[in-house]
Amino acid sequence: MTVLIEAQNLYRYYGDHCAVEDVSFSVAKGEVLGFLGPNGAGKTTTMQMLCGNLAPSAGQITINNHDLLDQPLQAKQSLGYLPDTPPLYRELTVYEFLEYCARLHRVPFRQISKHIHKALARCGLETVSQRLIANLSKGFQQRTGIAQAILHNPEVIVLDEPTVGLDPLQIQEIRELIKELGADHGIILSTHILPEVQQSCTHVQIINQGKLILAETVPGLNRLMTTERIKLVTRQPIEAEKLQSIEGIDSIHSEQDNHYVIHYHLDHQIAEKIAACVLDNGWGLEQITPIKKSMEDIFITLTQTPAT
Amino acid sequence: MILAIARRELTSLFLSPLAWSILAVLQFILAYLFLTQIETFIAFQSRLAQIENAPGISDIIVSPLFGNAAIILLLVTPLLTMRVICEERRNKTLALLLSAPVSSYEIVLGKYLAIIGLIGCILLLVCLMPLSLLLGGELDYGKYFCNALALALLVSAFTSVGIYLSSIASHPTIAAIGSFGLLLLLWIMDWTANTQAGESELLEYLSLLQHFQNLQSGLLDSADVVYFILFSLGFIVLSILRLESDRLNQ
Repeated sequence: MTVLIEAQNLYRYYGDHCAVEDVSFSVAKGEVLGFLGPNGAGKTTTMQMLCGNLAPSAGQITINNHDLLDQPLQAKQSLGYLPDTPPLYRELTVYEFLEYCARLHRVPFRQISKHIHKALARCGLETVSQRLIANLSKGFQQRTGIAQAILHNPEVIVLDEPTVGLDPLQIQEIRELIKELGADHGIILSTHILPEVQQSCTHVQIINQGKLILAETVPGLNRLMTTERIKLVTRQPIEAEKLQSIEGIDSIHSEQDNHYVIHYHLDHQIAEKIAACVLDNGWGLEQITPIKKSMEDIFITLTQTPAT
Repeated sequence: MILAIARRELTSLFLSPLAWSILAVLQFILAYLFLTQIETFIAFQSRLAQIENAPGISDIIVSPLFGNAAIILLLVTPLLTMRVICEERRNKTLALLLSAPVSSYEIVLGKYLAIIGLIGCILLLVCLMPLSLLLGGELDYGKYFCNALALALLVSAFTSVGIYLSSIASHPTIAAIGSFGLLLLLWIMDWTANTQAGESELLEYLSLLQHFQNLQSGLLDSADVVYFILFSLGFIVLSILRLESDRLNQ
């Protein structure tokens, strides 16, 4: 596995405000890293640092074995970047714009047209290639931005919220495209749409208030999500000690009158035992539902208690 | 790489009505001034013929034409340069250049070349006008070329100032006002130099007008040429530094 991006101990200060604090990670070939975080968490700042738009206050970034500060040109040669606002020249047509981008990235003259047509096809832009960017819809503009990032076939692709402004069908297509590109590139994408990470990423990182609070593979994240809980609603208040005596139950939280959340670690037929216990004691069973922990839950619990 | 950036910039300039309207308006005004100069020359022609060593058409028509062109370009150059970097920053397209394998000096030089390319068109049109005099008279070519060189150097200085202010300003209008103000100040600086005996020499040296007029008189002094080259280079370097510092503290 070749490591394509390596970031070590990145810091970034805006005056006294620390936007990114001690962030380290790496992305290898074939990996798609999802960057998650609430607004203002430092996602965009981190991406701008990776792409040389911002210099980190401290730390080191290596792209495809080239240090971004010492060998910026070589490092940027293997980089495709879509910022949060697609950088488009509104007075050019899509084709002209891509041609300019190809020149900027030193694509050999004879291959320019081939590269452009490939990027157009991949992003579904063939029909609008001769239209002015100013006249395109938001979705097409966003796709033009993506085409620009993958045009020169860079090893590393950094996409800042790539699916913003697209319709559901296009979102699906772009996710497929990201998956496809992920096979032989290293991709970083930021988003706050959680299912997007589950669908198109192999790794996930959650950043909050400038700090990395979770770095996991997506299967690892899915495992986290299967922590078992049961929601129980009864007519009468229950006696917690009696329920607690059932083997496998960790704790019982009372949410409101006669609403309880039961945490347990053994997964065999626990619901049945709880139901039997409730009926035996005549508390009046109204509802018993298993709760699957969603990605949103993990996200919220992680970001709301940053110290833990 | 520089050429790719310059080409894109020029395409954008010519795709907007700005470049075309400036070319048209300038040409109209300069042609009008050119004709009035010819008018003056014809009116005085009989009297001039009696003076020995009288000023010829090069002095009466060509020099004033280039002088007027310089003043008009002082007004126009800020309009052309105001957008170059400022607008890229506003439209967030600067990120494209910053994340591409292009260094800051290539970005600035590309922009500089593009503006020079457009102003080159204006210069060409200005230079062609006196040549029409060859139909009925003779030109002092030395003086003609000195004038053309002086205007070219002056415009290069204007452009570099404009690009620098465009790299600092947050809005194109501010860039235009700033560069116009700075250029005008440098232009009129030696007015005070003439009245106040004390610090005149320094102000006189700094003034753009002084160096321009020296060259215009047909005196090809390397000091003046070097002044303009250093002036342009200085502001180009400042713009490059400014772009670099953008990455450090945004």
